[in-house]
Amino acid sequence: MIAYLIRRILYAIPILIGVNLLTFALFFVINTPDDMARMQLGIKRVTPEAIEKWKLQRGYDKPMMINSAAAGTGKLTDTIFWQKSASMFVLDFGYSDDGRSISREIATRMGPSLAIALPTFLIGLVIYVSFALLMTLFRATALDIAGVALCVLLMSISGLFYIIGGQFLISKLWHLVPISGYDGGLSSFKFVVLPIVIGVIGGIGSSSRWYRTIFLEEIGKDYVRTARAKGLSELRVLFTHVLKNAMIPILTGVVVVIPLLFMGSLLTESFFGIPGLGSYTIDAINAQDFSVVRAMVFLGSLLYIVGLILTDVSYTMVDPRVRLQ
Amino acid sequence: MKRFAAYLLLTLLAACDGGLWNNPYSAAEAGKPILYTAFTERPKHLDPAQAYSENEYEFLANIYAPPLQYHYLKRPYQLVPLAASAMPAVRYLDAQRRLLPETASAEKIAYSVYEIHIKPDMRFQPHPAFARDAKGELEYLHLSPDDLRDIHAPADFAHSGTRRVQAADYVYQIKRLAHPQLHLPIYGVMSEYIVGLKEYAATLQQALRENPDSFLDLNGHALSGVEVVDETTYRITVYGKYPQFAYWLAMPFFAPMPQEVERFYAQPGMKERNLTLDWWPVGSGPYYLSENDPNRRMVLSRNPYYDSESYPTEGEAGDAAAGLLRDAGKPLPLIDQVIFTLEKETIPYWNKFLQGYYDASGISSDSFDQAVQVSVGGEANVTDAMQEQGIALSTSVATSTMYTGFNWLDPVVGGDSEKTRKLRQAIAIAVDFEEFVSIFANGRGIAAQSPLPPGIFGYRDGEAGINSVVYDWTEGQPVRKSIAEAKRLLAEAGYPGGVDEKTRQPLVINLDTTANGVGNKSRLDWMRKQFDKINVQLVVRSTDYNRFQDKIRRGDTQMFYFGWNADYPDPENFLFLLHGAQAKVGKGGENAANYSNPEYDSLFEQMKNMENSPQRQAIIDRMLAILHRDTPWLWGFHPKNYVLQHGWLHNVKPNVMANNKLKYWRVEAERRDSLRAGWNQPRLWPLWLSAAALLLFVVWMWRVLSKREEAKS
Repeated sequence: MIAYLIRRILYAIPILIGVNLLTFALFFVINTPDDMARMQLGIKRVTPEAIEKWKLQRGYDKPMMINSAAAGTGKLTDTIFWQKSASMFVLDFGYSDDGRSISREIATRMGPSLAIALPTFLIGLVIYVSFALLMTLFRATALDIAGVALCVLLMSISGLFYIIGGQFLISKLWHLVPISGYDGGLSSFKFVVLPIVIGVIGGIGSSSRWYRTIFLEEIGKDYVRTARAKGLSELRVLFTHVLKNAMIPILTGVVVVIPLLFMGSLLTESFFGIPGLGSYTIDAINAQDFSVVRAMVFLGSLLYIVGLILTDVSYTMVDPRVRLQ
Repeated sequence: MKRFAAYLLLTLLAACDGGLWNNPYSAAEAGKPILYTAFTERPKHLDPAQAYSENEYEFLANIYAPPLQYHYLKRPYQLVPLAASAMPAVRYLDAQRRLLPETASAEKIAYSVYEIHIKPDMRFQPHPAFARDAKGELEYLHLSPDDLRDIHAPADFAHSGTRRVQAADYVYQIKRLAHPQLHLPIYGVMSEYIVGLKEYAATLQQALRENPDSFLDLNGHALSGVEVVDETTYRITVYGKYPQFAYWLAMPFFAPMPQEVERFYAQPGMKERNLTLDWWPVGSGPYYLSENDPNRRMVLSRNPYYDSESYPTEGEAGDAAAGLLRDAGKPLPLIDQVIFTLEKETIPYWNKFLQGYYDASGISSDSFDQAVQVSVGGEANVTDAMQEQGIALSTSVATSTMYTGFNWLDPVVGGDSEKTRKLRQAIAIAVDFEEFVSIFANGRGIAAQSPLPPGIFGYRDGEAGINSVVYDWTEGQPVRKSIAEAKRLLAEAGYPGGVDEKTRQPLVINLDTTANGVGNKSRLDWMRKQFDKINVQLVVRSTDYNRFQDKIRRGDTQMFYFGWNADYPDPENFLFLLHGAQAKVGKGGENAANYSNPEYDSLFEQMKNMENSPQRQAIIDRMLAILHRDTPWLWGFHPKNYVLQHGWLHNVKPNVMANNKLKYWRVEAERRDSLRAGWNQPRLWPLWLSAAALLLFVVWMWRVLSKREEAKS
């Protein structure tokens, strides 16, 4: 397994270089360093000298990919791409275009993102699986049909509606939690309740239907019939046998997203005033801050790769037949 | 499991701080004179040499104390001393530096010398950069990165200090306006006026090249046009006569900056911890930034050393009756703390205002009908529901203008020919900005007659001020000329019925804008309809911000949307937007229309350095007449600011020039607490109902399952 993991980690390097290259190309096809400078400097009284100075101070005065004026390796290293990308492989994200440490921002914002994403993920997982098992338990009955109809209904509603509706009902009408905001430590509880509730409800439709499909597929297999023949109760069959055997497809979808929980949610964070990484990313895109955008894309790719590796590892835990070689 | 349950219980208990359930603030803040407000965008800069945006000044103007400020209550806007002990004395010199009389003509004046005396008793906010050890040496001037291991904010240092503000601090900040390592938005303007600033910048550039890694000591080099006279006096020499310079002295660009603070922040390891002057400003104003988390909230706390100012004792007529002089003579500031919370979306912002968790709020279009009703006479008032909550409305016309420019370089719509002039005039009549304001701004604006908004010298009210090309004065009000008149002008321009009489092709005009998406579709459709009125086809070329700016710079547009926010309340700051020397193409100035008219330019040169006087008014009248005739812009509209405030907030008077208003405001905290409590009692029945429903469902399910198992067995 160790050899497998090492090989997967080594595979990650070209993937990350590719992602970096693609981000770089896409970003600079749309924005030139002059555009970025103007965006940062504002509209009023911006002189060409100020733009040149801004670029010079942030290293955007160099050629993009190849510096034909430089000698030796300088042709590659004395370029915007190298200067902005190489350091990220040692997780040195440098400074944003407004001069602030990106690593520091990430470290500060990771907590609030996790405070929402992790409970939403865990509570959601328990509820979605339970609800799916319940529908499976009552399959082909009025309860199952009603459950599926509810899922379709919940899937059909926009995520924004849940947010605005939740804020209106729970915060504005019933005054149960603050509409938006965030606080550090234990005081964050009252701020994260509503986004978590909304996050969980918003995911019930699609997730529960997906899990229901998995369980229905499992429930027709021979081992379930055997368990029933042994006289086990339906609850025991479902929770002990079906759930355990359905773990592989569940883990495929679940473990991969665990590392990405750090990245936060763009919409939820924006509406609830949560100072997480989701809002950081969207702000950077709006401000055309390439330094932050490439750092967040790199981090996202890295975490996704970690998620895929963790998924593979988790297979070995739930299914003894799986061996990583 | 037990441990987890205990932790959960502890969390829940900690979350219950004894206050209202939906209170986003700590219950411990109850009863305190704290102002709660919001910001929608994090400030990019908090360094007074670099900051220039309104959202940055919202903070900086309350932290720094430049020599002058705008009187809070008096109108028209007038400058009064802030850190200065009196208004600066100005001396005029000729080219040989001989003293000229005050009445000397602008052509004879080669230099103006501003001598500024500052108040002797002003002190900086508490800050570790001022802390001194037992020997009297600066305690934190030789730190290593290791010393900063547990430091994340200035408040994390064990000691802090203060010191008296000196004239040298003001001079140091002016030197920073030429700093080669900073983005300096006004360097271009100031280097044209402050004697020696250009040379000084070159010297600093050279010094930096020679020693790129060492601290750039600004005091190691002399700036010829700025000198310290004594501890509380300094002089600034500017080229020629430049009366608008006094307005710049009211901006944070000219606030004092202690050199030890810049040295403090220049130490290794500081920048990595976001410990910079751009993040943690150090001023001598009424407040200091005590908490800076622009991702969540920023807090201004009272500067304990600020005791040099009191509430104005006089204002304009009606201020006393409005209760605005009730606190006359009281020491400022009247509020101890201002908590700014980041609120990116308008819906949560608005709802929290209604719940009493923000003391004041603007009004978004979505909430306008809920908040404001407009009487038959056009007067805006709050709705009955708002009145019941004790919410009041204040309005003011912004010193801004939102216009649609014609590119003077374009062969179809630009240039000085009779043909293109009549075409522009026809379009100006057809595009009904009164309707635009009514539909898209909920009436929050006034159709502009020229670039000058109300409140700026040169603006004329009534018949004398109307744009006679577009309006007639009928029954005491301006009435837009008829579409028939527009069509007549269009025909005279060579486009009868909207068709080019030479080519027999329909006239097509392009409008460049950054507006796109569903939200702006209705506005753009409306614009097309305005052109349809005279049978001209409008093609909207929506583009992203970068491409739009690029097109403007290259003069590759026909028409475009633009706007301008005044730096200071002087007609020069608006009329220069049409000065030929400011053309965007080739000169990189602010004249985005690239308008050029030699007579206008010459009048502008005459007018710009004059004091406000009947002569200046006459020149402005002539300039506006030229603009009306040439119509280089569709004059658009001047937006109106609508601000709602709760009844517990006092001394709020709109002042679009002053950004340092917070120190005048007063909050009745007890009244706020009691009203909030009345408005925000939690409604628990939904919780009980949900719990009961869940319980019933579980019981029912259990029974069904049990029955099923029994049947099976």
